[in-house]
Amino acid sequence: MPVNEAFVGREYPPTPPYAVGSAKIREFAEAVDSTDPVHVDGAAARAAGYRDVIAPPTFAVLIAQQCDAQLVTDPEAGIDYSRVVHGEQKFVHHRPLTAGDDVVGVLHVDSVRAAGGHAMVTTRTELSVQGEPVCTAVSTLVIRGDE
Amino acid sequence: MGGILTMADVEAGQTLPGKTVHIERATLVQYAGASLDRNPIHWDERFAKKVGLPDVIAHGMFTMGSAVTAVTEWAGDAGRVVEYSVRFTKPVVVPYEGGADIVVEGVVKSVDSEAKRATVELTATSGGEKVLGRAVAVVRLD
Repeated sequence: MPVNEAFVGREYPPTPPYAVGSAKIREFAEAVDSTDPVHVDGAAARAAGYRDVIAPPTFAVLIAQQCDAQLVTDPEAGIDYSRVVHGEQKFVHHRPLTAGDDVVGVLHVDSVRAAGGHAMVTTRTELSVQGEPVCTAVSTLVIRGDE
Repeated sequence: MGGILTMADVEAGQTLPGKTVHIERATLVQYAGASLDRNPIHWDERFAKKVGLPDVIAHGMFTMGSAVTAVTEWAGDAGRVVEYSVRFTKPVVVPYEGGADIVVEGVVKSVDSEAKRATVELTATSGGEKVLGRAVAVVRLD
C-alpha cells in the first residue's frame, strides 16, 4: 500500500506533556558519550547559565519519535513500520531542553513523495514548554518499497 | 575542557579535534534503553539478518548523537549547538566480535560575526564508508 498523500499538511493535536527528568538526561548523555558536566551536575549547569541540567542536542528525538508514532501507527497513513528507515534528521534549538521542562509536541506532516521505488515522508515536530518554542525536529523517514 | 569558545577563537577553515567512537553491542543496548528506540535490528543479530541486513546495525540517532560530541567538546558547552542536521547515508554495521569504530572529524565552514555563530561540517566514517552525509552543526559562540 502506498503512503497516503492526503496526509500532507496534516497537523496533529498537541501531545500530553513529556516531563524532562535529570535521570533520563544522564542516561541519554552517557549512552552517546557526552561527558559535559552540564548534563549531570546541577551546579555546573547553573554556572553555565542554565536553570538545571540540560539535555544533549539529540535528546529531543526521544520526544519527536513519540510524536511521529501518531502518524506511523495510523493504519490510514499506509506506513509499513517494518520497512521504515531513518533518512534525515534535523534539530533547531531555541534553547536546550532542561530538567523540569514539560514538553508538548505538535506533529506536522510536511511532505510525502515517491523516490526510486521508495516513499519518503518528512515530518516536523514543534516542541514547546508552556507555549515557549524550544525545539523544531524535522525527520525524513524512508519507507522501502517491495524488493 | 578549555572553556567556552569565543568569536576570537574560531575562524573558517579551522579543524576540530576529531574523535573515534567505539561501539560494541552493549553500546547499542545502552542506547536502545536510553532513547527508547528498541528496534531489534540494533541488538538482535538473527532478526537483523532475517530482514536483509548484513548484521546488527547502530541506531542512526546513536551515530548522530555521538558524532556531535566532537562539536560540543570543542565548543566547551553542550548547550551551544543551536542547529544540527544529518543524512543517514550508510548503516554502521556492528559485528559481535570487535564491534565497530566511527571516526568523526570536523571543520569550521563559516563564522557569522553578527550572529556570533560558527557553522561546522562533520564527517563520520566507519570501515572507510561515509555514514553521515551533509552533517552540519551551528554553534553559538561568546
